Amino acid sequence: MSARNAILKRLRERLDGPLSAPESDFTVATNRGWSEEERLARFERWIGSVHGEVVHVDEARWTEALAGVLADKGVRRLALGKQHPVAAEARSALADADVELVDVDRDIEQWQREQFESVDAGLTSTRGAIAETGSLWLWPTPDEPRLISLVPPLHIAVLDADTLADTFFDVVEGHGWADGMPTNALLISGPSKTADIEQTLAYGVHGPRELVVIVRHAGDSAGISR
Amino acid sequence: MSGQTPGVETYTPREFHRQAHDALGNPQIRANFRKAMDGLMSKRRDSFDDWDLETLRELGANIRLRALARLPDLLEQLEANCEANGIRVHWAEDGDEACRIVREICESHGARSVIKGKSMVSEEMHLNAHLEEAGIEALESDLGEYLVQLNQQTPSHIIMPAIHLNTDEISEILHDKTGTERTRDVDYMTAAARQQLRERFMAADVGVSGVNFAVAETGTLCLVENEGNGRMTTTVPPVHVAVTGIEKVVEQLRDVPPLYALLTRSATGQHVTTYFNMISSPRKEGEHDGPKEVHLVLVDSGRSRIYQDDELLDTLRCIRCGACMNHCPVYTRVGGHTYGTTYPGPIGSILSPHLMGLEETKDLPTASSLCGACGEVCPVKIPIPDLLVRLRKESVGEGRGNVPGAGIKRTRKEVAAWKGFQWLATHPGAWRSGTAVAGKLRALTPAKLGAWTDYRTAPKPASTTLHALVKRHQASKSHEPNSKSHEEER
Repeated sequence: MSARNAILKRLRERLDGPLSAPESDFTVATNRGWSEEERLARFERWIGSVHGEVVHVDEARWTEALAGVLADKGVRRLALGKQHPVAAEARSALADADVELVDVDRDIEQWQREQFESVDAGLTSTRGAIAETGSLWLWPTPDEPRLISLVPPLHIAVLDADTLADTFFDVVEGHGWADGMPTNALLISGPSKTADIEQTLAYGVHGPRELVVIVRHAGDSAGISR
Repeated sequence: MSGQTPGVETYTPREFHRQAHDALGNPQIRANFRKAMDGLMSKRRDSFDDWDLETLRELGANIRLRALARLPDLLEQLEANCEANGIRVHWAEDGDEACRIVREICESHGARSVIKGKSMVSEEMHLNAHLEEAGIEALESDLGEYLVQLNQQTPSHIIMPAIHLNTDEISEILHDKTGTERTRDVDYMTAAARQQLRERFMAADVGVSGVNFAVAETGTLCLVENEGNGRMTTTVPPVHVAVTGIEKVVEQLRDVPPLYALLTRSATGQHVTTYFNMISSPRKEGEHDGPKEVHLVLVDSGRSRIYQDDELLDTLRCIRCGACMNHCPVYTRVGGHTYGTTYPGPIGSILSPHLMGLEETKDLPTASSLCGACGEVCPVKIPIPDLLVRLRKESVGEGRGNVPGAGIKRTRKEVAAWKGFQWLATHPGAWRSGTAVAGKLRALTPAKLGAWTDYRTAPKPASTTLHALVKRHQASKSHEPNSKSHEEER
């Protein structure tokens, strides 16, 4: 008998007989009822507590904020997509800037060393964020591949304030994740870190050393003036 | 494998007592663990501040129990959904078979170099040694695992593998093995390891990782981590092999958020980890990165045997957070290596006997004062103290015999002693005359009573038995004025 069938047979012919499955009450994972302001405040507090930097900006002027971040961090080569509006707007805004735009719509095999060694930052959009834990959620695409948010030392993520949800459970349920998962779904909460050397926290171990979240607010939202 | 470095010890559960003795006499080990465990306990407590912890634990236990109740169906569903997504699923009866499967995948790609994300199941299988025998280098990429591997050791904690080492020791290891400067600067050491390992990620032919939760509903593998090495391991090499125990499956995607909330807070007191990495397929047509092949190896290794027994089943609810060891007074004092098993601490003491047999691990269920802390903090409410007691019973042949090596500690002397006690305790006349004689001869009690008197004075029977004292007390009471009413009440 194959290992598969032998294992399944043992599980099915359980000595103490079949088990009954209990129902689950998920109330504790949802129903936070936070206002938009509370949600934003929580998101910012939690992602800030793990060294994520947050920049608030009016959505019409977000590329100015991006240019500011790039200048602050001394970014010379920025990896970004082409199709997503975030990438397209960034590209046109940065056309004359002193930043080299690196195309990411290439198979990694063609430019692995370049990506690992000579890209200063990766720019990505986000699908949303989670207030309870200060987490961004990303579903990488051919336009914005998986490694852009991982390999460069700086990850710049663009988040629309109105896509914030209360909890991870709310995101999974509210956006119907179970109906179709992408190749890779990610929650990202801050830059990479470790405490493996005597519990001392150090940022930037294998992934980015820094994470900047540009939060775009629609119209003249109250969020900016906070 | 390279030869043994002087000073590097190998540990075995058979030598638990000697290893515990050595660890207790090592002030460095004791200080390193004490400091770390104290920090972890207070961080865990703070991290649940905003939560109705009991309700959340109830839900966590309930989700795991539901998954186990439907385990065979869910494993088939997981397999079908993974295969439909393009993930190839393999099944292994034991660690050796799992190692063979991983090796054959490596060999089919002519792989010489494997990069690994943290995986306790791969530790349990001794995968690294197996691959090295086949001429395939397996390099750990989690910083703690990397340090432990450089030092030719095994992890001393399931979440924080290098917790037994302090900064100076780590500086020395990195200096010795990789030529970095000696330093107390953690950022410098972390940056050095980052540089060393980035080259290896790029060069690796295969990435091997574990799995925290495998979702049957969608065929999704979830990985929890902070460093980014897990994402590197599962994204950069052209082939990804995930290995996991058959019990790691959950039914639905909605089951994941509560377990993730419990896991990170229970493990390190973090409200969330940096990355939650959910993998549902290999690289699709048109995508530009990610492995072109993803394999999932489902390992049994004794788990389906644990599954047979209603009481032992609870062991399989575990989500490997390590809170039980962080809160265990025994683990904190003797450290992780003393147990000589892949999984140390309370969870190790209730899991290892099933994986390795009680012949090897008979001392582990007794490596507990039954204080109950492990059961109290367990995020999925595993009654660890009860299971420790059950395994003690099994080891002396007084259980159901559902554990390999059951009865290994049974001795005629002990059985006879308990039989004798049982007879005495159920025959009042014999008991009274026996205790009276013991009281009379109390001066003859030996001063040395084996290990008991190593750190204590020998107990002496009282000159008057409790029974006699109570009788005397009642006799004096019957002379008191209100004694009559007591009689009437009865």
